[in-house]
Amino acid sequence: MSEAIRVEGIVKEFPVGDTRIRVLHGIDVDVNSGELTYLVGESGSGKTTLISIIAGILYPTAGRVSVFGTDIYDLSDNQLVRFRLQTIGFIFQQYNLIPTLTAAENAAVPLVAAGMRRAEAVDRGRALLERLNIGDQAEKLPRQLSGGQQQRVAIARALVHEPRLVVCDEPTAALDAKSGRRVMDLLREVALASERAVIIVTHDNRIFDLADRILQMEDGRITRDGKQMPEGH
Amino acid sequence: MGWIAIRMLTGDRVKFIGLLFGVAFSTLLITQQLTIFVNLLLRGAAPVNEVSTADIWVMDPSGRTTDVTLALPSTALERVRGVPGVLWAAPLIRSGATVRTPEGDLEPVSVIGVDDATLIGLPRRMVEGSRDALAEPDAVFIDDVGSRKLFEQGGAVGTRLELNDQRAVIRGIVDADPSFTSTVILYTRYSNALNYLPGTRNRLSFVLARSAPGQDAKAVATRIERETGLRARTKPEFARDGIDYIIENTGIPINFGITVALGFIVGVAIVGLTFSLFIRDNIKQFGALKAIGVNNNEIRLMVAAQAGLVGLIGYGVGLAMAVAFVFVGAATGDAFKGFYMPWEIPVIAAVVVLVMILLTGLIALRSVLRTEPAEVFR
Repeated sequence: MSEAIRVEGIVKEFPVGDTRIRVLHGIDVDVNSGELTYLVGESGSGKTTLISIIAGILYPTAGRVSVFGTDIYDLSDNQLVRFRLQTIGFIFQQYNLIPTLTAAENAAVPLVAAGMRRAEAVDRGRALLERLNIGDQAEKLPRQLSGGQQQRVAIARALVHEPRLVVCDEPTAALDAKSGRRVMDLLREVALASERAVIIVTHDNRIFDLADRILQMEDGRITRDGKQMPEGH
Repeated sequence: MGWIAIRMLTGDRVKFIGLLFGVAFSTLLITQQLTIFVNLLLRGAAPVNEVSTADIWVMDPSGRTTDVTLALPSTALERVRGVPGVLWAAPLIRSGATVRTPEGDLEPVSVIGVDDATLIGLPRRMVEGSRDALAEPDAVFIDDVGSRKLFEQGGAVGTRLELNDQRAVIRGIVDADPSFTSTVILYTRYSNALNYLPGTRNRLSFVLARSAPGQDAKAVATRIERETGLRARTKPEFARDGIDYIIENTGIPINFGITVALGFIVGVAIVGLTFSLFIRDNIKQFGALKAIGVNNNEIRLMVAAQAGLVGLIGYGVGLAMAVAFVFVGAATGDAFKGFYMPWEIPVIAAVVVLVMILLTGLIALRSVLRTEPAEVFR
């Protein structure tokens, strides 16, 4: 296993009125490829801020983030956008699918954004939906799909361009136990592929047993790093 | 990403139709009102443009339009004829009168007396009857719109009228552009007109003149003014005077201006609100696209594609409706007779729609660009 992500001295402050509130207090952590890493903690502990910084969508106040050897905040804005498009896949809690595109078209969005022809991109999106066992739903709109099916479309969108890092925000929160388990199996399969990593922000204790590593956050600090489920969960 | 932007927009039928409605409504209102405005103004020039052969109009120095002038002494005709550079000159009488129809109704009319010999001043196109019939005793021609107004059932030709207590017989119908006041027009010979109209010392309204070949009409008009002390205007100048008189002396420009402004404001309000709602409903999706790796330039192009599509289709629909209105109106109703849409009006409407789309698109774009991709995790 090689190092996928290195986070060094990450500080994040947000302005509130005339003052600034520090939500991350100098975080240092490494994530290895081939690992399914969970980020857990109470609301307001800073895990969403940390995952946003790791994913390159929120600039830190101080510190460095290296993703597969690239210091992402040394990149220009355009380079960073390009880096995200090529290297990172996102799975959002609310899916954020485009309601007027079919499942296959939604899955194809990162490929289209990367410049691939529409027909080819949609074909690849459809093929991935087949692998996720919802090939028969490929031509349906998101509103015609169940929550679990929508989440699998969101996963297809996150994986279709074969990113090396996948970041997920509560991917199983809206799913029943069986669907959630199926989603996690899939993400685990991705994580175990060589030179890839998956980081998941979750509160869902039904899936803690699938983690390779669990990072617990409290008040902007990582307070626990291990394979065991933290106390209180 | 263009097709994704278009699908985002067209997939939301209600908002898409709302946006199209806003642009189409604005385009229709602006185009239709400007068309009516321009054509009403042009009616101020219709009496001048109707006389195709004369390129100079001579009148009393206080004269302003075909309807606002003082009569000239009959000697003015010979004085104009004597000015070097004048090929020919003909008299024209324009005056108001009242007719009593066979049914006993009274109707105000304009009586136009044209040169007995040449009929200069008479519209060229006849709807019914022959130009020669004007030579018959008591003969008058009526304009086509006026004939339909006075004789709804038809049969105007041959009808006897009481014109200022004198007998007049309609011998033909001419195809004339309605004047700004839309009064019924009766054409007759100059000598007849002198009988029909109340006797005053001077009754010659205008001298119509033609500049000799190779002579500049403006220069000849200036020479006429210098040598006769009368006012001489070239045909385009006098046509413009008729338009300017309406602009300066009626509330039409302000009223139409207000309507056009309302069209723009209502359009901006409908399109702006609907576009903002559309963007607000899709802000998470735009945020997700930015997180995935769609850069701000591509986002700008997406919003531009959406705004452009709405502008293009909305403008097309609105313009088509306005053109249909003008065509149908001109073909079926005397109120819009001769109306047409000058090419400048669709261009003006296009510019207004462009401004509207740019304005609303930029406001919508601001909120999209301000959306931080990290917000999709919150």
